[in-house]
Amino acid sequence: MTLPLSDIFAVLPELIVVTAACLVLALDPLTPSARKSWLAWLSLAALVACFWISASQMGVTVLAFSGLVILDPYAGFWKLLLYVVTGLTILLSLAYLKEERINLGEYYGFILLSLSGMMIMVSAADLLTIYLGIELMSMSLYVLAGFKRFEERSLEASAKYFVLGSFSSGILLYGISLLFGVAGSTRLQPIAAAVAIRGFDDPQLLIAMILLVVGFGFKVSVVPFHMWTPDVYEGAPTSVTAFMAVASKAASFGALLRVFLEGLGGLKANWYVLFLIVSVATLILGNVVAIVQTNIKRMLAYSSIAHAGYALIGMVVAGQTEAGSAVRSLGVSSVMLYLAVYAFMTLGAFTVVALLRKGGLEGEEIEDFTGLAKRQPLAALLMLVFMASLAGIPPTAGFIGKFYVFLAAVKAGLAWLAVVAVLFAAVSAYYYLRVVMVMYMRDPEPAEGPLPRLATSPALTVVLASTLGGVVLLGLFPNALVWVTSFAVLILK
Amino acid sequence: MFDLLVVLIPVLPLLAVLVNGLLGHRYSHGVAHRLGWGSVGLSFGCAIAVFLSTLSTGLTREVVVYRWIFGGDLTINLAFLVDPLTCVMMLVVTGVGFLIHVYSVGYMHGEEGFTRFFTYMNLFMVSMLLLVMGNNYLVLFIGWEGVGLCSYLLIGYYYDRVSAAKAATKAFVVNRIGDAGFLVAIFLVFVNFKTLDYTQVFAQAGQLSTAMATAIGLCLLIGAVGKSAQLPLYTWLPDAMEGPTPVSALIHAATMVTAGVYMIVRNHAIYDMAPLAMTTVALVGGLTAVFAATIGLVQNDIKRVLAYSTVSQLGYMFLACGIGAYTAAIFHLMTHAYFKALLFLSAGSVIHALSGEQDVRKMGGLRSKLPWTHALFLIGTLAIAGIFPLAGFWSKDEILAHAFVHRHYGLYAIAAIGAFLTAFYMFRLTYLTFYGHSRVEPHAAAHLHESPAIMIGPLVVLGALSIVGGFPGVPPEGGWLHHFLGPVVGVAGRGGEHVRVGLVVALMGAATGIALLGWGLAHYLYSVRPDTADRWAAEAPRVYSTLRNKYYVDEVYDAVFVEPTKRLGAAWDWFDRHVIDAVVRGVGRLTETGSAASTWFEKYVIYGVINVTGYANHLAAWSWRKLQSGMVHHYAAIIVAGLFILVHLILIWWTGSFALGVAAR
Repeated sequence: MTLPLSDIFAVLPELIVVTAACLVLALDPLTPSARKSWLAWLSLAALVACFWISASQMGVTVLAFSGLVILDPYAGFWKLLLYVVTGLTILLSLAYLKEERINLGEYYGFILLSLSGMMIMVSAADLLTIYLGIELMSMSLYVLAGFKRFEERSLEASAKYFVLGSFSSGILLYGISLLFGVAGSTRLQPIAAAVAIRGFDDPQLLIAMILLVVGFGFKVSVVPFHMWTPDVYEGAPTSVTAFMAVASKAASFGALLRVFLEGLGGLKANWYVLFLIVSVATLILGNVVAIVQTNIKRMLAYSSIAHAGYALIGMVVAGQTEAGSAVRSLGVSSVMLYLAVYAFMTLGAFTVVALLRKGGLEGEEIEDFTGLAKRQPLAALLMLVFMASLAGIPPTAGFIGKFYVFLAAVKAGLAWLAVVAVLFAAVSAYYYLRVVMVMYMRDPEPAEGPLPRLATSPALTVVLASTLGGVVLLGLFPNALVWVTSFAVLILK
Repeated sequence: MFDLLVVLIPVLPLLAVLVNGLLGHRYSHGVAHRLGWGSVGLSFGCAIAVFLSTLSTGLTREVVVYRWIFGGDLTINLAFLVDPLTCVMMLVVTGVGFLIHVYSVGYMHGEEGFTRFFTYMNLFMVSMLLLVMGNNYLVLFIGWEGVGLCSYLLIGYYYDRVSAAKAATKAFVVNRIGDAGFLVAIFLVFVNFKTLDYTQVFAQAGQLSTAMATAIGLCLLIGAVGKSAQLPLYTWLPDAMEGPTPVSALIHAATMVTAGVYMIVRNHAIYDMAPLAMTTVALVGGLTAVFAATIGLVQNDIKRVLAYSTVSQLGYMFLACGIGAYTAAIFHLMTHAYFKALLFLSAGSVIHALSGEQDVRKMGGLRSKLPWTHALFLIGTLAIAGIFPLAGFWSKDEILAHAFVHRHYGLYAIAAIGAFLTAFYMFRLTYLTFYGHSRVEPHAAAHLHESPAIMIGPLVVLGALSIVGGFPGVPPEGGWLHHFLGPVVGVAGRGGEHVRVGLVVALMGAATGIALLGWGLAHYLYSVRPDTADRWAAEAPRVYSTLRNKYYVDEVYDAVFVEPTKRLGAAWDWFDRHVIDAVVRGVGRLTETGSAASTWFEKYVIYGVINVTGYANHLAAWSWRKLQSGMVHHYAAIIVAGLFILVHLILIWWTGSFALGVAAR
């Protein structure tokens, strides 16, 4: 049997990323330890190539490998976002790994492997392929979370992530197997057909749907499946936390939207309710618990939970049966827009956290930011912009993201949901501004030891400039991104 | 040319922000402050030119900078609307802003973070100008949030005080609660009109159902109440006095806090459709006016008294909006900007002279030491109390008269009581600060000095404005200002019926009488018989302490909203931390138990089987010995094999029964 060339074409970026990952892993022992950054550059080169390929594939829709994989603009959008995020993470890691003295080559290999998993997730048209992608992503992340091998917290995070991640994967797999039992296939199209025949009150379908909600709920960390998030985010190396918070969340949302809209679109009356409850619970809990955090990584973890809640509102709109298809499409594209915006501001915030040094150690308590404005006004200003964006203050990108999600909700007749979300966005100002407060409105006690400062490097400058540029430019000129999301939006049936 | 001038108004301060913000540490303070006030001065110049052009042509023009958000049915421009209302707001903001910037050069001299101060102040100017100049709700909202952020940064300017940082956070969060209401209103507007441009929205406002208009009006009111510090969201403003005094004057008296009033006047077309929302606005305003005034009676911090008076005066403006006297609201906004900026800056001059002292109990007798400041503060007091013919008299009288003429007698009574209280506490403040014997502490008395010319200069200008600033609104309901603003606020609510001159004069007389009564009482209590006030306080301790403690509103909010939220957060946090550990530990234990079970199984069952088989084959098959080689993967292979067999047995049994079942069917 020969593979048609179009199949290869469809997964070309995946092939390149996997090849690059293997190459990095193979070259790692041969690279002198002072030259590990070469592996990072190799990875970046692969990403640039992939970006170019995926960008040129944007207009194409191909079903490849007899329906296991689909190449469409929707997948292309997520892939492009993932390349950018991964590229920035690699640049950030260049500086971070050196500071933390864990400058090992396999790190980049695992990042790329994880990326390939994410790419498979967003372009899979088959539940088992998605599962494969999820596992590939997660396995690499488990390793990366424990990358600070000498630090107990990092290992604990890795172990917890592994146990709970496997647990959720198991649940997901169970749901998939039930769906297979109904549809006789794991492809999304036959499943959609089977759902249409079986109707939306079939108990087996409903159980399968619930299991999928739970499984994906774990991956995007929404309440009540969020509990692993703070512990893992806190313990993992910060560059990995940034990668998890941004890339894995984006990929999981990408897969979630496709599975529920294309495969289980017939059940939207049912999952609409589930996601509605989950999103409200997530908004409340994420924002309220973030208030009491003193560790900035934990705070950002709860913030990422809360942001998943905002993004889910778009998902709820997409499942609103009474809304027209234009409004439902707006719901989908608002999720895409939200996650793109979220990626820049969260990555920016984590970059500052990762490179904030307090006498050689990572300054990860909020208190460690005390007096940063005086010591490094530019770094403080950057953090101020990221926090303002996370809080959704115009004209930053964070406001645009929220604006579209809320607009979709109001258009879909869910004004009350928008009100709840807006209110909790108001609450969120409290904990984001606390970071600003300690940076700008407090002087460090002289006895407290070394002042915080940012470990600067050229790579870091690129990351900060890109994330800042993303946050400011997407806020002032959001149209290009809006256009891309509406171009790449899933076609709803 | 016109377009360029309009765009320059906010862009000039923005340039100053960028230059000072990015390069400020490279050059001296002199350059920084010149950029700061210079840019605002230039933008004031542009505003005057734009105003004159609008005045001569009478046109309403829109200037589009660029298309901000578009796609689908949504188009939002970053664009400015230039109409009479914008012109008035622009002139007040840039004019008063310019004077306060100049004053700040003297006041902030030698303070740490001098350049930072001017950067924030200019950023505030940019945001405030966006707020009043935007041609749609979203540009207004950018400015709205921007002024909030700048206010936050400036309140926390003296961050060595713990209270400053707390006050800053409080101000921002309370404002954000109001903003939530405002944002909802914006969405409601969009859903109903499919656009956010003022001109299109207000042209179609007549088609709104009363219920929808009421909903939008109330949501807008929530936003306005937050920003303009009205009941029940006023608590942040008195605390905001932690900021430097020029900030209190500019942001927390003259401009930002009036944004709510501007927004309601701007949206009068929607309010005109919603009588219930109007009544709510009037009630909120009236109640706030009296409520804040009563607290102001007994405060001892000079800036806090002024803060409560600001809350109270803003209440008057809301009241005016609520009874449809939109021009009067803007008129009062304008005169209030003059005399409140004057009062704050004079108070700043006092504080400056006393090396930072703000407690009126440690002042007194400053009239001879600070003659200029005294004279100017007195002008401010006379203006705010509504003494004829100063600025405050005309604008306040117009609100009172409008309420009376349109038969809102209850509101008139409330407003009259408020006016009496205002006159009383403002003269109380004047007497305590400038008259009587000196209670100044020795160390402060040592370098007591009149402020430098750069501070007094702007004060003199504001003093002059506080005297003559009311004349554009004379005669009442028919002055120049009314004609100028007429096209914007419409004729609705301006009465139209002819009011007898006698009634107008009688109402003016009543207003003056009320003000003089308050003055007289203050004169008696704080000048003639200074011990009386304390005796009264001692006779009604319950009332006195309730007022002293601001009706315990802060404590109630803390107990009802803040603490429970924090406690909830802490509880959930605990839950998250422990449940996850328990789960992981549980899984660990399960694995342990599982492995113990499988060890047992291995030990007794598998080994047993192996041993038995081993024995049986001991002689027969030599190769089986390999089974006892002790290597783990061999055992594993056997376990797998065992599992395989077991599963097959079960499968065969099940398929058998399944086949039977099928056969039976």
